[in-house]
Amino acid sequence: MSRPYPRSRDTSTTLNSAEAVEAGALRVDRPLSQGECAIDASSSPPLAAQSTVAVELAGITKRFPGVVANHDIHLSVHKGTVHALVGENGAGKSTLMKILYGMQKPDEGTIAVDGEQVSFSSPADAIARGIGMVHQHFMLADNLTVLENVVLGSEKLHGIGGGARRKIKEISERYGLGVRPDALVENLGVADRQRVEILKVLYRGARILILDEPTAVLVPQEVDALFGNLRELKAEGLSVIFISHKLGEVLSVADDITVIRRGTTVGTAVPSETTPRQLAELMVGSELPTPETSESTVTDRPIIQVERLRLEAEGGRAVLDDISFTIHEGEVLGIAGVEGNGQTELIDALIGLKGADSGVIRMAGEDITTWPTRRRREDGIGYIPEDRHRHGLLLEAPLWENRILGHVTEKPNSKGFWLDIKGAQDDTRRIVEQYDVRTPGIDVTAASLSGGNQQKLIVGREMTHKPRFLIAAHPTRGVDVGAQAAIWDHIREARREGLAVLLISADLDELIGLSDTLRVIYNGKLVADADPATITPEELGSAMTGAASGHLEHVEDDEHTEDDEHTEDDDPAAPEDEAR
Amino acid sequence: MKKFDKERVLLAVAGPVIALVAAVVLTSVVLIASGKNPIEPYLLMLEQAGFSDVQVLIINQAGMYYLAALAVSVGFRMNLFNIGVDGQYRLAAMMTAVVGAHVGLPAALQIPFLMLVAMLTGAFWAGIAGLLKVTRGVSEVVATIMLNAIATSLIGYLTLTEVWGVPLGNNQTTGVMKESGWFPAISMGKAGEIYGFTIVAVLAGVLYWLILNRTRFGFDLRATGASESAAAASGVDAGRMVLTAMLISGGVAGLAGMPILLGDAHTYSLSFPAGLGFTGITIALLGRNNPVGIAFAALLIAFLDKASPALDYALPVAYDKEIAVIMQGLIVIAVVVSYEAVRVWGLRRQQRRVGEELAAAVAVADHDNSTKKEVAAR
Repeated sequence: MSRPYPRSRDTSTTLNSAEAVEAGALRVDRPLSQGECAIDASSSPPLAAQSTVAVELAGITKRFPGVVANHDIHLSVHKGTVHALVGENGAGKSTLMKILYGMQKPDEGTIAVDGEQVSFSSPADAIARGIGMVHQHFMLADNLTVLENVVLGSEKLHGIGGGARRKIKEISERYGLGVRPDALVENLGVADRQRVEILKVLYRGARILILDEPTAVLVPQEVDALFGNLRELKAEGLSVIFISHKLGEVLSVADDITVIRRGTTVGTAVPSETTPRQLAELMVGSELPTPETSESTVTDRPIIQVERLRLEAEGGRAVLDDISFTIHEGEVLGIAGVEGNGQTELIDALIGLKGADSGVIRMAGEDITTWPTRRRREDGIGYIPEDRHRHGLLLEAPLWENRILGHVTEKPNSKGFWLDIKGAQDDTRRIVEQYDVRTPGIDVTAASLSGGNQQKLIVGREMTHKPRFLIAAHPTRGVDVGAQAAIWDHIREARREGLAVLLISADLDELIGLSDTLRVIYNGKLVADADPATITPEELGSAMTGAASGHLEHVEDDEHTEDDEHTEDDDPAAPEDEAR
Repeated sequence: MKKFDKERVLLAVAGPVIALVAAVVLTSVVLIASGKNPIEPYLLMLEQAGFSDVQVLIINQAGMYYLAALAVSVGFRMNLFNIGVDGQYRLAAMMTAVVGAHVGLPAALQIPFLMLVAMLTGAFWAGIAGLLKVTRGVSEVVATIMLNAIATSLIGYLTLTEVWGVPLGNNQTTGVMKESGWFPAISMGKAGEIYGFTIVAVLAGVLYWLILNRTRFGFDLRATGASESAAAASGVDAGRMVLTAMLISGGVAGLAGMPILLGDAHTYSLSFPAGLGFTGITIALLGRNNPVGIAFAALLIAFLDKASPALDYALPVAYDKEIAVIMQGLIVIAVVVSYEAVRVWGLRRQQRRVGEELAAAVAVADHDNSTKKEVAAR
C-alpha cells in the first residue's frame, strides 16, 4: 500500500541511519550510485567489496510467454542487512524470487551466493546453499506440533527427537522467536505460525531468508514484533530479502531498497533519504496524483440502519451479536478487525446471503431484513466482495458475462425477460476503458486477467449501477498502487454524490484514510469506535486484538458518530491525503 | 478479438476430436488383441451408413437420443447430475400411452395434450429428486438413481392387466393409442419414414440454446453452474434454481420417448426402448452440453448403434457387434479426460496470451516515456 506508516516512520528511519553508519564505508557511497541507477535502469551499482555481498543477481532475464518476465535484473544483497524488494503486483518480484529459490531457471544472467556463481535446478539446491523462503501462505500441518512441522522433510539434520528439540530451542532463543516446540500448530495465531515458518527455514541452515509479503496478515503490533525478529537475524549476520508493497513498513525496516517495475530493476533507494511518496512514484513510474482536499460529505439522511443484528452459527453460537450502526448518505463507515471476527458474516447478512437470527436491517427507512439478495441488489446495494474469485466473478466466463453477473435484471444487461447482450458488451467496453481494466478485449475470460484488473472490473460494474449503499470488502486488496488510488477516487466520488459505504479492510491506512467513522469488530461484536481524523493504526490495532474497547480517542457516542464533529477528514494528518 | 473467437472454436473442436481419435485407436487395440483386423469393422460400418434405410434408422434413433441428452445437459449446465432421465422418460412414455389410449381429442389438441402429459410426468418424477435436494440436502445423483429403480417397479405394476395393462400375444401393452395422437411421419419412400417428432427435437434444441444463452433465467442457471457462490452473491436463489432446473430437465426427459411412441409404437410395451437416459449422458458429455455438439454426438452414437448389427453378418469374417459398445464406453472415458485437459490447457493458453498482449502494449508505452518516468523516480 502506498501510504506511509504515519507514526513509526520517523523513529525507525533514524534507527536505520544509525545502523547505516555502523555498516561502514560501503553504505556511505550508496546514495551516489543510487542516483545514477534511478536514472539509468540498465546499469547496476558497482560492487565495492565482494565479501560483504551475500547474494548477487546480475542481468537476470526470464522470458515467459506471458506474465511480465524479468528483464536485466540487478540485485545485490549485503550480509547482515534487510533488503527490501518493492514493486507493484505483477511487477516480477515473485518470478525473481522463484529464480533465486531455484523454482525457475533464468534464461540469462548469473546468480552468485557468497561470491560464488551458482546454478539452481530446484529449491533443494537453493536450501543447500543457505537460501530459505517463507511463503506468503504458510505451509504448515495444523494437526502436528511445531517440532513435527519443523523436522518434517529434514529428519536427517537433527533427528526427530531430543536433538531436534534442542536445536529448535537454540534457534528460537538466539533470534528471539519465542517458539514452543511442543505446541500444536492449530492452536497458534498467525504471527506465531509465521515465526514457525521462519524457524523452519533457519533450521535448514538458511543464511539468506526470503520473506514474501510477511506483513500482509499481521496487525501493527505483530508487524513490530516481526521487525524485531528481523533485526535479531541481521545482527547475527543473516541477510533478509523482504518483499512488500507496504512502503511505510519497507522504509522502517529495510537497509536497502530495490524497486522493480515491469520486470526490471528501476532503481535503488536508501531508506533514510527517501519518502514513501518518492518510493511510490518509483514503483508506479510516474508522479502520483496530487491530493485534493476532501471535505466531509456526510449528511443526516440515514441509508442503512442496522439494529441489534444477531447471527448464529450452527449450534446457537453467536457469530454476530448486538450489531447496531447507521450509515448516512455520503458517509463511509470503516470496520476494522482481525479477519475472522465476524466481518464475513456481517457482509453476508447485509447482502442477504445469510438471514438474520434477530435484529432489523433498514435501507432508506424500509425494512429489508427478509429481502432476498436479488431484491436488495436491485434496490441499490452494491457489493465488492472480499473473495472476488468466489463471490464476484465467473472465472471461466468472458468479461462481458461477468459484467452481467449480479445485475442480470438491470439495464443495460437485459430487456425484460431477455438478455441484452449487445448492451452488456458495449457497457463492458465502457467500463474497461473508464476503469482502466488492462485487457486485450472483453471476450477473454476473467481468469486471464490479473487480480488488480479483475478488481477494477468489479468496481466498475458495481459503480455503474449507481448504488445507494456499497459494501466494499477489501476493495484494493491485491491491487497495485496506481489502481488503488483510482478505486479510492471512484469511491470518494460516489460518496460525494451521496453513496453510503460500509468499508471493511485489513489495510488500516486505507480504513483511516477513507472512512468518516470507524468501528472495531471483535468476536462478532462492535467493541470500539474511533475518529479517523485522530486515530493511529497502532491504536486501532490494539482494539482489534480485543485489548481496548469503548471509545478510542474522543468520540462522543456510538449513535452520534456521524455528526458534525467527524467531518474534518481533510485533516492534514490523514495519511490518505499525503499519499495520494 | 477475432483471434480469441477462432481459438474458442478450435478448443471446442479439439476436445471431441482428440477423444474420438483416442477411442478409435483404443478400440483397434482391442481388435488387435483379439486377433482381428483393426480397420475393417470401421469400413463395414461406414458402408452401412451409406444405405438410405440405415440413415433413416440413425436419424430416428438420434432424435430420441437428442432429447434425452438435452435433458441431461440442462442439469449439467448447473452442475446437477440427473441420472434419472432414464426413469423419467419411461414413466412419461407409459403415462402418455395410457392417457393416449383413453382420451380422444382432435389431433390439433391431442398431440400437444399428450406432450404436456409426458412433460409433466417427467418433471414430476425429476421434481421429487429436486425437492429432496432442496429441502433435505439429498444428493440428486443418489435420488435419481433410486427413482430409476422405483420407476421400473412402478411401470411394472401399472402395466399389470389388473391396472392399466392390455395383454397382446405374449407382450404386455397399455393398449393402442387413439389415432388422433399419432404424430405424422415424414415419408422417405422406400427408405422408410422419419418420425415427425424429430422436428420437435430440433426445435427443443433451438429453444434450449435460446433460453440458456439469451434469457435472464438462462444466465442465472449458467452462473449457478459456473460458480454457485458467485451466483448466490449475485442474487440467484440457489434452492429455487435447483428445483427449476430439475423440473425442466425432467420435462425434456419426458419427451425423449415420444418420437417412437407417437410415431411408431403407439403403445407402451415390454419392448419399448430402454436405456435412452444413460446413452443421453454419454451424448451430453460428448456434445459438451452444446445443442449443436449434442446433435453431432447423437448422430454419432446412433450411427454406432444402427451400423454395428451388420458386423455380425459380415463376410468373409464376422465381427462382434459389441465392438460398437466397447467404442461407446471408450468414447465416454476419452471425452472426460480430453475435455478436462483441453479446458485447462485452453485457460492457461489464454492467460498467457493475454499476458503477452498486455506486456507488448506496456513495452511500447514504456519505451515512449521511460526517460520521463525515471527522472520522476528520483
